[in-house]
Amino acid sequence: MTNDDDFGFLDAVAVREIRRGLLKALAIPGYQVPYASREMPVARGFGTGGMQVTLAIAVPGDQLKVIDQGADDSVNAVALRRFIGNACPGMATTTRTAEATLIQTRHRTPERSLVPGQVMVYQVPYPDPLQIVEPSEAERRRMHAHGDYARLWVKLYEDVVRYREVALSNRYPARVHGRYIIDPSPIPRWDLPKLHRSPVPHLFAAGREKKLYAVPPHTDVVPLAFDDVPFEVERFAAADGGRHRCARCGAGDTFLDEIPLPDGTRRWQCNDQDRCDERMEAMA
Amino acid sequence: MSDPVLRVRDLTRIHGPGCPRCRELTGDHHGTNICPVCGSVVAVSGVSFDLWPGEILGLMGESGSGKSSVVKLLHLDDRPTAGSAVFRDRDGALHDLATVDEAVARRLRDGRFGMVHQNPHLGLNYRVSAGGNIAERLLCSGERRFAAIRERALALLTRTEIPAGRIDDQPGRFSGGMQQRLQIARALAPQPELLFLDEVTTGLDLSVQARILDLILEIQRELGVAMIVVTHDLGVVRLLAGRTLVLRHGRVVESGLTDQILEDPQHAYTQQLVMSAL
Repeated sequence: MTNDDDFGFLDAVAVREIRRGLLKALAIPGYQVPYASREMPVARGFGTGGMQVTLAIAVPGDQLKVIDQGADDSVNAVALRRFIGNACPGMATTTRTAEATLIQTRHRTPERSLVPGQVMVYQVPYPDPLQIVEPSEAERRRMHAHGDYARLWVKLYEDVVRYREVALSNRYPARVHGRYIIDPSPIPRWDLPKLHRSPVPHLFAAGREKKLYAVPPHTDVVPLAFDDVPFEVERFAAADGGRHRCARCGAGDTFLDEIPLPDGTRRWQCNDQDRCDERMEAMA
Repeated sequence: MSDPVLRVRDLTRIHGPGCPRCRELTGDHHGTNICPVCGSVVAVSGVSFDLWPGEILGLMGESGSGKSSVVKLLHLDDRPTAGSAVFRDRDGALHDLATVDEAVARRLRDGRFGMVHQNPHLGLNYRVSAGGNIAERLLCSGERRFAAIRERALALLTRTEIPAGRIDDQPGRFSGGMQQRLQIARALAPQPELLFLDEVTTGLDLSVQARILDLILEIQRELGVAMIVVTHDLGVVRLLAGRTLVLRHGRVVESGLTDQILEDPQHAYTQQLVMSAL
């Protein structure tokens, strides 16, 4: 047992167990590793999985960023950042993607390109992509073991028949390293290509469902798509045929939030707050 | 003469602990398939036959005679206690169905075999459309082109006399006969080499039965797929099967050309079956 194991809120046994689970998850990309999810001082479903992974891998000197729906100042992000900051003496927190070494996130992958040395930790509500087609976990385990994903493909088939495209705005299933199919947490389709051959590890943790899985660095992550109905990201198409741009920074290459205004009009704004602020500062 | 598609030898399935006397103390002579020593059920014992390319083989017998158990073993839904069943695929590779691992079993079930159940609820997914049911089999066998899947699903629906306009309807909205035809379309999707038909016409009215039997014959003539037909209906074996095995208490009590068996039954049980049909 090292001093690192004693660092943070979790006891040393929990830290080692989660680290072992993460090593296995990295060794078998996309495979869901069961682990003994601990009780945390927040309710299940509020990021307990991500919190446990962050606490298990954090070491003094780390810089933590917490993203909730793209924002750093939402209640959940602030509360998690404050808790982890208090529980891990010597660990700094930041809202800047460029400065962070550990990024715990829910719903988004930062717009800024990630660099080696950073680690992404995702809070996952539903770890299994087969959950939408098969209720039995035992049967889902068998399906993963056999690579039996036909029923998931049928879901895509049915979507294309009904809507002429796959009607999954987030949690879009993707095949990792040519083998397991993962649920990449509720990140939008926009973020999925960022996982493909990313230089950083992406660690996924579901506290309620007690599962860990991972995309190691430089690993193929390929969204499921028919050969003749290609995968597409959000277009943010404007009525004039162009693309909406951020009303704050003017960016036309980021994932946008649509904000209804009291006068009935709509405004479009970068969802990634840090990326928007960074761009605003550069323009100032 | 070509090699058989399926060579079954001494296929046996015992449910329960089993004992050395199970097979000896059960069967036709003993009038039971329950072992008096250990209480095990000898569902199938010593079944042997060859199935030739393009042949339709009938398995006939009363309820509990073991005919569906044989099909479960051959379709890899269950594993035999003893014996072998060697399947020769169209590439010439041999697979002993008694010993294949789960991954090979899945590949065979998905790509090489087709199954039509008596109860369409066992063979169809009622939460997806008719096209989706066919698509699942094609996707299982690796097809990833949406247009090709759609085209094949339409062709199969048309072939099985289901209006193409109903491709996006869920099977629950289909009549019993249409559900059965959809099962056939689904089973044929990956162009299987071996098709199992388990009591496919039971519970359907006579005109619907006749259409389905005609359809099966037409498909067999067109595609040359080998079939094993399980039924307790003498009319079905008479129409479909060239050869028939009669099962009782898990044993084959008589086998031969279907016409010969129905016209000149040798075994007392077969005579009783034929007599009762008349």
